[in-house]
Amino acid sequence: MEVSIDLLIGAIVAGLLLGGFYAAVTAGISISFGMLDIVNIAHPGFIILGSYIAYIVNINLGVDPMIVSVVMLPIFYLLGTAIYQIYYLSFEKRGQESLRGLAFFFGVLFVTEVMLLLVFGVDYRYVEAPYIGPSLHFGPIDLPLRMLVPCIAALIMFGALQVFITRTFTGRAVLAVAQDQFALQLMAVDPVRIKRIAFGLSIATASVAGALLVIIQPVEPSVGREYIGRVFAICVLGGLGSMPGTLIAAMLLGVVESITSTFYGPSWAPAIAFGFLLLTLAFRPSGLLGR
Amino acid sequence: MLPFTLLACAVAGGVFLIIREPNVEYLFVAGYTIVQYIVLATAWNILGGYTGYVNFGSAAFFALGAYSTVALATFANQLDDLVPESMAPIFHLIFPLSIPTLIVIGGVVSGIVGLGMGYLTLRLRGAFFAIATLAMAVVLQTLVVNWEFVGGSGGAYIVRPGEFPGLGSYMQYLFALMLTLAVLAVVIARAIERSRLGYGFAAIRDDELAAEASGVPTLRLKLIATTISGALMGMAGAPFPYYIGYLQPQSAFGLEYAVNSIAMPMIGGTMNWIGPLVGTLLLGTLQQIANVTISSAVNLLLVGLLLIAFVIVAPNGIVGLVQERLRARRAK
Repeated sequence: MEVSIDLLIGAIVAGLLLGGFYAAVTAGISISFGMLDIVNIAHPGFIILGSYIAYIVNINLGVDPMIVSVVMLPIFYLLGTAIYQIYYLSFEKRGQESLRGLAFFFGVLFVTEVMLLLVFGVDYRYVEAPYIGPSLHFGPIDLPLRMLVPCIAALIMFGALQVFITRTFTGRAVLAVAQDQFALQLMAVDPVRIKRIAFGLSIATASVAGALLVIIQPVEPSVGREYIGRVFAICVLGGLGSMPGTLIAAMLLGVVESITSTFYGPSWAPAIAFGFLLLTLAFRPSGLLGR
Repeated sequence: MLPFTLLACAVAGGVFLIIREPNVEYLFVAGYTIVQYIVLATAWNILGGYTGYVNFGSAAFFALGAYSTVALATFANQLDDLVPESMAPIFHLIFPLSIPTLIVIGGVVSGIVGLGMGYLTLRLRGAFFAIATLAMAVVLQTLVVNWEFVGGSGGAYIVRPGEFPGLGSYMQYLFALMLTLAVLAVVIARAIERSRLGYGFAAIRDDELAAEASGVPTLRLKLIATTISGALMGMAGAPFPYYIGYLQPQSAFGLEYAVNSIAMPMIGGTMNWIGPLVGTLLLGTLQQIANVTISSAVNLLLVGLLLIAFVIVAPNGIVGLVQERLRARRAK
């Protein structure tokens, strides 16, 4: 097969755009799994929930999905803190997070999916916005706005998170919790409170990621499962909780997936993330920029 | 060990005869599903309950068994096109394979995949194994959807013979096979629990670092657990195409297998072999009733909510609750 350069460049550009979006999807996992050691496999479920909320408001009131997601941020944050409180009291405090905590999140993921299924059925849902449809053209390169806008929004959110974590007191406390919870306690900071805030933030990112997802592709309740492999692959490859590492890993996965679906067909794309994950776990479990 | 095996066989035989009595085919259809879940839940518990490593990919192991059967049955059907003519008589001697043979093959395939997965991920923290199994289900489904030989996304038909000589309907035969598998699974689980292997598993579950330091070969034990557990799940899946008649990727990789094989042991109790059995009988029967009276989606929602409620409120399941009650009474 002759590989045309234009096609390859197109695939790489599309992959970078996709990667930006993946970074937004993974940001929450980077905080919960990477920094807090909470294996929140229900995260994609919350993303899909965010997609459906954006969809309902968009279809009924015609509001832009991204605006909806920003308005929903505090509610998702509160949802996250509530879930962390349950998780802390039932599992973390009793030292049972490994088996029962995982089963708990699995149950939450499952219940979210089935509830959406019961309410909305298995039909694919999509939103309407002025930037869905048109593309920018630079010579041979196509920049579809429905990919470009989510990518930029994702990068803005990602940057804001990075600034929050590295520049503010609370953000640095989150980093400190990830390193040494006991030492933080000695500084008279309540680690449980910090973790609650951080987990709330991680769920809040799902609101934005969900809105971006429904802009990029039509959504049905089980789409979230495809993202489990992706987000954890990115998070592990990025070095568990390193935000710059996560961004690089997300871009890398986006490009590899995009090239694969351009040259071998899109039905193979979900398998790529798993290959990524297995290879990373087998050869470099500490990730690209591991701490 | 031997008395228990005999007892288990006797119970299984009794169940078979009782269900056979009213001569209602539906009882076998419903009973098959419940007994299949006994195998899956017990298999899950050998890894999840005994060593504390969560496998979210039960559906993938189950589907591996089911699709091994589909692949071999398709191969048997197209034998004359696929094999050179000179070799054909030899292949006709072997194919089509009997279901017990297919069960063994399904077990071997799933066992090997379990071993491979375990080898790559079990050396790391427990969470990685769980995530990898979750992702594996998605990827295996992608492979099957893209593999036209076993029907691709459209699915594959398996013709179920109408009768099994000497027993009656073919469904009865499948049910009897699954019942045998359930006996095998429970006997294995109980035997492990009371062996050196089981103590090793328990040591890993309670404190892996301490176990390693005391000379327990943790990686090897975890690999053994993953292989046994995966193999049993594959064996449970192997007869499934004959049961369902028309196998689609969505039904073989159904989320209900993953969630049920976790929920049943969790609700029954994960510490010993009785837990998954109790959980399956309760939850399985409940689901069969809910399936008929309400709807299958609501029934799955129920399972999910029960799972969440039990892990929060009763971490040791029903068996744990009963044990606590007994202990309290004795203390009085």
